[in-house]
Amino acid sequence: MSESIIIAETGKGSVSAVTAELVSAAIALGTSPTVVVPCTDASMADNAGYDGVSRTIAVKGACFENYDAASWASAIDAAAPSGIIIAAATPQSKDIAARIAAKRNLSVVQDVVSIDGMNLTSPIYSGKAMQTVAISGDSVISVRANVFPAASSAAANVSVVDQSGDVSTAVQEIMARASARLDVSEANIIVSGGRGMGSPENFSHLEKLADVIGAAVGASRAAVDTWDDIPHSMQVGQTGKTVNPNLYIAVGISGAIQHLAGMRSSKYIVAINKDADAPIFAHADYGIVATWEEALPVLESELSSMMS
Amino acid sequence: MKNVPNIVVLVKRVPDTNARIVVSGDRVDLSAVKWVISPYDEFAIENALQHKEAAGGSVTALTLGPAGADKVLKDAKAIGVDEIVRVWNDSWSEMDSNGIQSALAQAITDLGAEVVYCGKNAADTGAGSTGPGIAERLGWASVSNVTDVTFEGGLTVTTPVENGSARVSVSGNAVVSCDKGNIKVRKPNVKGIMMAKRAQVSVVSADAPSATVTIVSQTPPPAKPAGKKYEGGASAQEVARLLRDEANVI
Ligand SMILES: Cc1cc2nc3c(=O)[nH]c(=O)nc-3n(C[C@H](O)[C@H](O)[C@H](O)COP(=O)(O)OP(=O)(O)OC[C@H]3O[C@@H](n4cnc5c(N)ncnc54)[C@H](O)[C@@H]3O)c2cc1C
Ligand SMILES: Nc1ncnc2c1ncn2[C@@H]1O[C@H](COP(=O)(O)O)[C@@H](O)[C@H]1O
Repeated sequence: MSESIIIAETGKGSVSAVTAELVSAAIALGTSPTVVVPCTDASMADNAGYDGVSRTIAVKGACFENYDAASWASAIDAAAPSGIIIAAATPQSKDIAARIAAKRNLSVVQDVVSIDGMNLTSPIYSGKAMQTVAISGDSVISVRANVFPAASSAAANVSVVDQSGDVSTAVQEIMARASARLDVSEANIIVSGGRGMGSPENFSHLEKLADVIGAAVGASRAAVDTWDDIPHSMQVGQTGKTVNPNLYIAVGISGAIQHLAGMRSSKYIVAINKDADAPIFAHADYGIVATWEEALPVLESELSSMMS
Repeated sequence: MKNVPNIVVLVKRVPDTNARIVVSGDRVDLSAVKWVISPYDEFAIENALQHKEAAGGSVTALTLGPAGADKVLKDAKAIGVDEIVRVWNDSWSEMDSNGIQSALAQAITDLGAEVVYCGKNAADTGAGSTGPGIAERLGWASVSNVTDVTFEGGLTVTTPVENGSARVSVSGNAVVSCDKGNIKVRKPNVKGIMMAKRAQVSVVSADAPSATVTIVSQTPPPAKPAGKKYEGGASAQEVARLLRDEANVI
């Protein structure tokens, strides 16, 4: 069996759950995966053991204190054996994937959503088409979250490699997000509002629903552009964030092609819109033709009684 | 970086984001689409022009593509870049990322650039590979998804981090991949459009390794089964139940 190297996704000081999905992707490719965990404290790798993974390498280096593309790629590259490299399709890991591919003179295939032998499929033209490519020999790929099942945990067989890289960027200042809310790019459920919300104050209704179900709050570009209080970081779509949650609830959003570009691959889509002909309904698993004023309170109270 | 930077901005020709993408046979048929500068590249151009205005130097817009890609270079010229360069070799067809990045990196070296701005991803590939990949090939720093750039006392950029965003200073040569941010992009004015009409595209050549990733097929997105649609706010109760019992997402 050929070898693959999984770059563990990390965040908040631990290995993220999506790493277990990468193991299933590696197995779908018919490869035998080694998991590489970039860290400053090797104990972080102790939880990075999975069924089907015989080896976990903790790459321990000072450069992993803050994200710096060049040094991360260089340290991970030095510690990782050859083989197909698999990362999560998050902004940071796609960045590292691209750099490691370039370092090894390989090609990179980003945002893989299905694997069939050595054929990999990714969305192109913002999801308006799909492209299947064949890889020959080693390459680097990134895999979208919520596509492959998570491999089960197992005891990790960890070896530690001390390896850092030259850092050429320096963090001057961290600006913490104003709200403690989840970011749309990290959330499994997203409640998004559009121009149909009528005012930025009305987004508080979306926040209430989001709090009930542990969701992030997103927005359409019309909402972001119209209201200063709705920051661009909330924008979903072509010029906002691409999201792939289990559930996307679009409220007062018409469903313009550029909005769909950012969220159409969501597993389930709910649309609340007063216009029965709004294009969003063509993409919704569950559509509610009603004003949000009518529908949201019902949805919120029903979901909150389910959650309790 | 020298005192007066030699700035390159990468611009890519992509179908207008409103365009319908039609698949015929097993390839996307782009014969009828309107072509535009990839949306994030507009922010890259704006940042490059602001860099020049703050530090001097010159801005060269660079694209890799066939002659049809000249249009986006002229569009960039109309917005205000100084030089426009297209890298191409008639033997190239469906290139993989390794080929595209090698050729662009070579052209950037030949241009003697010290800083490169590009889009965080292109509207066709959505990949976000080119900026960091080129930086690696050039041995440069790179920062991606940049929402703000300042030039006083060296290059400082704003980029998202786990709990918000960080202001990061960059030493040495760098590739900056640009997200939308709060800057307003300037639009071409009449004088710019006139200058762009007369502007000459310099066409340069480069080498590219042959592709190891080959396109098997391009297909329409999988059709979603028709959803369920309900009238009236009270139906939200039924939808909530379905989210739990049918979709299992709650
Ligand atoms: C290059 C480019 C990039 C773009 N990028 C993005 C992007 O990243 N993200 C994005 O979202 N857009 C993007 N757009 C803009 C996009 O084309 C649309 O203009 C935008 O998505 C519309 O936002 P909206 O649905 O909130 O507003 P509208 O289209 O105005 O829709 C509002 C909807 O709310 C409904 N409504 C009104 N009142 C109520 C009520 N009381 N209850 C329930 N429903 C109500 C209406 O029926 C309507 O369907 C981009 C456009 C371009 C050209
Ligand atoms: N063929 C090309 N010519 C010029 N610039 C390109 C080309 N391909 C990619 N780029 C630049 O790299 C960015 C990211 O592209 P991608 O890696 O394809 O998502 C684009 O927004 C452009 O700025």
